[in-house]
Amino acid sequence: MNFELDQDQQMLADSVRRYLADNYDFESRKKIIASPEGFNEQTWAAFAETGLLGLAFSEEHGGFGGTAVGMMSVMEALGEFLVVEPFLPTVLASRLVAKLGSGEQRDALIPGVIGGEIKMALAHSEGPARFNTAYVGARAERSGNGWKLSGAKQVVYGGAVADRFIVSARTSGDTTGTEGISLFLVDANAAGLKRTAYRTLDNQRAVDLAFDGLELGADALLGAEGGGFAALEEAIDFGIAMLCAEASGAVRSANDDTLEYIKTRKQFGQPIGSFQALQHRMVDMFVTQEQLKSMQYLVCSRIDTATDPRERSRIASAAKIKTADSCRHISQESVQLHGGMGMTEELKVSHTFRRLTIISQQLGDADYHLQRFAQLSS
Amino acid sequence: MDLNYTPEELAFRDEVRAWLRENLPAELRAKVDSYQELSRDELLRWQKILAAKGWAAPAWPEEWGGPGWNATQRYIFEEECGFAGAPPLLPFGLSMCAPVLMKFGTPEQKQRFLPRILNAEDFWCQGYSEPGSGSDLASLKTRAVRDGDHYVVNGQKIWTTLAQHADWIFCLVRTDPNTPIRQEGISFLLIDMKTPGITVRPLILMDGGHEVNEVFFDDVRVPVENLVHEEGKGWTVAKFLLGHERLNTGRVGISKRELAHLKEMAAERPDNQGGTMMEDVRFRDRMSRLEIELMALEITNLRFLDQMRGGRPPGAEVSMLKIRGTEIQQGLTELMMQAAGNQAAAFKITQDDGAAQIDPLTSRLAARYANFRKTSIYAGSNEIQRNIIAKATLGL
Repeated sequence: MNFELDQDQQMLADSVRRYLADNYDFESRKKIIASPEGFNEQTWAAFAETGLLGLAFSEEHGGFGGTAVGMMSVMEALGEFLVVEPFLPTVLASRLVAKLGSGEQRDALIPGVIGGEIKMALAHSEGPARFNTAYVGARAERSGNGWKLSGAKQVVYGGAVADRFIVSARTSGDTTGTEGISLFLVDANAAGLKRTAYRTLDNQRAVDLAFDGLELGADALLGAEGGGFAALEEAIDFGIAMLCAEASGAVRSANDDTLEYIKTRKQFGQPIGSFQALQHRMVDMFVTQEQLKSMQYLVCSRIDTATDPRERSRIASAAKIKTADSCRHISQESVQLHGGMGMTEELKVSHTFRRLTIISQQLGDADYHLQRFAQLSS
Repeated sequence: MDLNYTPEELAFRDEVRAWLRENLPAELRAKVDSYQELSRDELLRWQKILAAKGWAAPAWPEEWGGPGWNATQRYIFEEECGFAGAPPLLPFGLSMCAPVLMKFGTPEQKQRFLPRILNAEDFWCQGYSEPGSGSDLASLKTRAVRDGDHYVVNGQKIWTTLAQHADWIFCLVRTDPNTPIRQEGISFLLIDMKTPGITVRPLILMDGGHEVNEVFFDDVRVPVENLVHEEGKGWTVAKFLLGHERLNTGRVGISKRELAHLKEMAAERPDNQGGTMMEDVRFRDRMSRLEIELMALEITNLRFLDQMRGGRPPGAEVSMLKIRGTEIQQGLTELMMQAAGNQAAAFKITQDDGAAQIDPLTSRLAARYANFRKTSIYAGSNEIQRNIIAKATLGL
């Protein structure tokens, strides 16, 4: 047993942190989130240049990683600096291409993703679904040689700047059945794809998609017809491991900011950090941070080595419960300990609050995963 | 990063597990498993079995009879013992007095006491807390006055665990009441419990159990050769002890066993809807959250071990093992009591109670819940642990 990162992983994580420290400080980020697209081309180009975008793929697919453990330090750094560029959406969608795609599909997309020219997003969630992975109301029918898609998708993270979507649609079965879910590659500029972008609480951008009789070629189908559910579950479990690591970085940032604040803010002639009522709360925040970090190690390590999908999903759900609870604890307490200043946009901690609040919901909230964890434990 | 044990570590775990299966007496295991009190002889019997194997003192150096294990092996051993339902090894001799003697004792003291501690010939207890000195230990008042070749000790200790069984007590006493810094007037004394002038009075806890005592000292004469380290340097000894062997305070192995136990109960006991407690969503979710916290705590514990092994011993942050570990232990006892529903009202049914319908184990659950409130109070209350982290780790 060892907790050391291998040298390459450590070097990459360090270079990402250095880049973000130099180029993604609070003031720079402010400009990015105020821009209409909420996206910075230079950041993305730097991600490609440092090799970050290749980290999501194994060597066989032209990348140089593909493991959760290999990516977790990067996700921590993105969490620490509250990066809004859609790294995780691109990773989740393009890994599905690597996993399910034909040789042509992979060649058409993965080198472009690694090079930073193609951004992707996973358009799966729908309004009535809440977090149920099996819920797919969108339909796909055969049409000539190809397909015709009708339906709607909601809160697609990364959708505002995505070049290519993976859209889930049902080719058979009931709306909540695990069989009959198919995945399709859809160009963002496809005629008949209505895309509505909006800001999310954490200053990222999401889109809603609507499509009615959207025509696709035969080569749009990704993987086997009707067999998308297992791959979606795997992608979500991987995404949870990444979110856990991102939350871990954001939590550390909130805690560092809060500790610094209570050491310097003076009331009644002394730093407020000298009051035991605040000290003990700060310690509880620190314990939460370390327990979350442990959960991050556990889930990333198990995601990489699990052979049984049920066990993999069980650990992922456990990690998401821990992540959601930790996000809530730290976001609420860090603002409270900052007092009124914690409420303002002027301090980073309020932005960390916003991201942590979204992470706790993203890919399933604690209640959803408690239910899933119990089902998978029995 | 690899969170799996190495093949060597797995082989070690299997060896320990197999040995425990063969050598842990069924009747001891059954008692531990059903939450019954263990007698003095039962506690010592288990330690003697381990001593014969050479495993009674995992943390001791080989020269004094330790097995020569590294930190990971010690952790695995501890965890396997906990999981198997082995009786606890009492820390007072093995992991408190002994390390102090190894560090500060004279050659004569080591020769005299260490082998007897190892082989469970002496039963030790700890004389630290006093009625007026709990968390603020340095305010202790028990006096020791030099009189020729003896110290004469007067005063009172409290919360003395299992003093009713003890042959010896190690005590912090005040040898100089007039030092400007109160920590400087304290000394560390070993006292034979059979010495005239010692009275042990039981303090019965709210679960009806006799675990702790008050110990009174009335002109108790202690030979000066029983002083450990120098006179007035007792605080140094106490601090050394506080920093020693803190990596087992999470009690992960025991909590894993109790979690398995809780799940068995939840699968059997009725809920209010004709199903089992396992199907009661509110109950199940609380149980899941405890399980997840325990998963994380195990990794946290292993991370500290890893730092230790890498030559970077963790600091005050290990106090979090005690905080979270005890919260988990308490949570488990609370959920067990809850799983029993209205039957949990019964208090320690025995055979004398005749045809009671409630089984004895169920009738111990509420008592155990009450008893476990102690865990967040003893060994440095969880508030003191938070003070330690706040000061030493966070710099507050």
